[in-house]
Amino acid sequence: MAYKKTLLIVTLILLAVCLGCNEKSAETSPAGEGNIATESNPSSVTMSGPSYGDMLINGSIGDASVLLPVLASDSASGEINNLIYNGLVKYDKDINLVGELAEKWDVSEDKLKIRFFLKKDVKWHDGKPFTAKDIEYTYKVYVDPKTPTAYSTDFLKVKELHVIDDYTVKVVYDKPYAPALGSWGQGILPSHLLEGKDITESPLKRNPVGTGPYKFGEWVTGEKITVNSFHDYFEGRPYIDRVMTRIIPDLATMFLELKALSIDQMGLTPLQYVRQTNTKWFNDNFNKYKYLGFGYSYLGYNLQDWKFKDRRVRQALTMAIDRESIVQGVLLGLGAVTDTPYKPDTYWYNQNVKKFPYDPEKAKQMLAEAGWKDTNNEGVLVKDGKPFEFTIITNHGNDIRKNAAIIIQRDLKKVGIKVSIRVIEWAAFLKNFINKRNFEACLLGWGIGIDPSQIDIWNSKKTGESELNFINYQNPEVDKLLDLGASTYDREERKKYYDKFQEIIAEDQPYTFLFVQYALPIINSRFHGIEPAPIGIGYNFTKWYVPKPLQKYTIQP
Amino acid sequence: MRFLVKRIALMIPTLIGITIISFTVMKMAPGDPTSLMTDLNPNMNEEAVKRIRAHYGLDQPWSIQYFKWLRNMAVLDFGRSFAPDNRPVIDKIAERIPITLLINILSMVLIFSVAIPIGVMSAVKQDSMFDRVSSLIVFIGFAIPTFWLALLMMILFGVKLDWLPISGFRSLNYSHLSSVGRILDIGKHLIMPIFVSAFGGLAGMSRYMRSNMLEVIRQDYITTARAKGLDERTVIFKHAFRNALLPVITILGLSVPGLIGGSVIFETIFAIPGMGQLFYQSVMMRDYPTIMGILVIGAALTLVGNLLADLLYSWADPRIRVSD
Repeated sequence: MAYKKTLLIVTLILLAVCLGCNEKSAETSPAGEGNIATESNPSSVTMSGPSYGDMLINGSIGDASVLLPVLASDSASGEINNLIYNGLVKYDKDINLVGELAEKWDVSEDKLKIRFFLKKDVKWHDGKPFTAKDIEYTYKVYVDPKTPTAYSTDFLKVKELHVIDDYTVKVVYDKPYAPALGSWGQGILPSHLLEGKDITESPLKRNPVGTGPYKFGEWVTGEKITVNSFHDYFEGRPYIDRVMTRIIPDLATMFLELKALSIDQMGLTPLQYVRQTNTKWFNDNFNKYKYLGFGYSYLGYNLQDWKFKDRRVRQALTMAIDRESIVQGVLLGLGAVTDTPYKPDTYWYNQNVKKFPYDPEKAKQMLAEAGWKDTNNEGVLVKDGKPFEFTIITNHGNDIRKNAAIIIQRDLKKVGIKVSIRVIEWAAFLKNFINKRNFEACLLGWGIGIDPSQIDIWNSKKTGESELNFINYQNPEVDKLLDLGASTYDREERKKYYDKFQEIIAEDQPYTFLFVQYALPIINSRFHGIEPAPIGIGYNFTKWYVPKPLQKYTIQP
Repeated sequence: MRFLVKRIALMIPTLIGITIISFTVMKMAPGDPTSLMTDLNPNMNEEAVKRIRAHYGLDQPWSIQYFKWLRNMAVLDFGRSFAPDNRPVIDKIAERIPITLLINILSMVLIFSVAIPIGVMSAVKQDSMFDRVSSLIVFIGFAIPTFWLALLMMILFGVKLDWLPISGFRSLNYSHLSSVGRILDIGKHLIMPIFVSAFGGLAGMSRYMRSNMLEVIRQDYITTARAKGLDERTVIFKHAFRNALLPVITILGLSVPGLIGGSVIFETIFAIPGMGQLFYQSVMMRDYPTIMGILVIGAALTLVGNLLADLLYSWADPRIRVSD
């Protein structure tokens, strides 16, 4: 249940804020170590099947801010909201769009109208039935100018919304918009509790009522949030009775709490994964999992800077950077090199783009072709009398980025390019450097949405201040392909456009695509039923269970 | 009495001055409360950003924002937080003050009760073995990084020995405990944080006490007391110690605002939801009303603390009263 909405909004911010962005969204590797470790306690597994009870304690570095999905934009709130609310649709374990609160839907011939047929046996946590009115209300709140939400954009594309009967809703768009369906994965709000009230002052912000598998229990600010299983959940009562999220702002402390068995689940750093948890004790007590996360890091070149205008220079830079050694050195191998802005193991990724593997000799040769030569034998390339030197900026607080920049600095020195590194506090970084285009190269990351539309990042027109194409990439063909992709519903036809788009991007190299990091959750081995799938592990959370003999906590109601 | 009224009247312009400076500095920092939500977020369009800015009143000039804030402040309305939770600032502060206050008072009591005897002893036995060893220990405490000491203690007492809980300040079953159990539970959780925060503070206080004491011991009246034939105990504790304690009143006055200010570092390490964390998060989110709320309370307490110190001083030290 966890992925549909958050994925759409996993932005750079999240990547910057939570270094180990773990359970957020994930993709499994075929042979995660976890699968093997699950067998460490075979007797109890065979002894008893799924049973109700016990509690899972999560560690989170941040407290939630508000438990209404329309207002929350932080990952900590998102985690809790995903347990409490449902969307109309969701992505299943293989990243296909399926109905959640919607039984089914149909899309009209002209792709402008979507009809959702709602499930009839769904109840809100307070026992009231869920109906089409809730959808109407949710839509209204998202587009209400008075609602301070970060998610209005998709809903503002809706021309009108009609409630046909209690369990049918028709949504009409101005023009065909393929990401529309996925956007209905946003959490649906209870109209009977919110209608006509100011949502920013609603008590539901700290005392939410949803339709999801868990209902709200208790929130002690800065300490913990508990949710309890909802016995009338329309997909069946979840096995685990309670989920508690403990707020532990320091990752080292959180790891010690894990070692003391006071928490059951956290996201590990690569160092913790490789070096600190490879003991027999950890293997007996925990299972580790490993998936490619939905986000990538890149080195972006300011294309208005004369040095980077020539495509051959950018291709040569990519060839001069040993990306594999960045993954090994910075991520201890827990990442994958990527060549396009999609996740390497998903449907949309194009394997056949032109690649620029590590080859410093060829890089030098290409730089020479572009006019960069070490004419004065000082070890620095020169063109038109100017040396090839530039500064990479990145944000403060992300050691992975900082260390990657250092390796890039070393690699580029070998081909005669002098790189300086500057690390800047986040707000100043955006305001004074990125938004003002006051940089030569930047090391940053993007979240990868489940929907492949990436217009905001690559469209030629999205170059205004604080817009996302801050490297000023201009390519009319890319603009056309992205527009076609966004208005095409047919998956295969859509993929063709995005494949072509990736080929062009790979050829142009406006970014040097660096790597996709693995998400590294660790979970106490008393939890069973975890089945890694392309989307991660959280999708079947309601089916996780602790066999009776292994249950640790007794829940007193 | 007139003195008191004058002092209090002077506090108001000072306080307003402080708020103007704080407000300006805060506004000069890059970024605003909407940045976290909107910057580099592909789901945001310009109109949505405008809507959010208007919602928080950020589309108006600074001066208007300040006067609006000041007007509310005059009736003690701290406003609502700009964080997504949008809660009244006063609630956010109120729920964090008790734990911060408890930790700070306990740690101050610990500092005073350990540092004062150390300081006095070091002064009386200046350059003795005790003086040197105690100096060494308090300076180690001063120099040691809080987070490192905290982690070492957690590993030892929390993981290896399993004597103390690692973080937080209450157990999960807190609400099921008896009232004695609750006090013990909180106590167990607070041992490490208080030790860590007090250890670093020992140096300042004990050195201060030592130099006060050394100064007093050299005074003529101490020589007189000794000449009278009083025994050393009486000289030190009755005559010297009481006079050496006087300047501590100033320190006490200055610590009043510190009581509500938490430490980001140990609160983060020990996962204690106190004022330090709140202030840090508010700054990072550019949550202006909360930042201003905390600053105003801090500034007011500083002024009150100074006033109290002055009053106490003149009460405790007749010399000052006379000259006034």
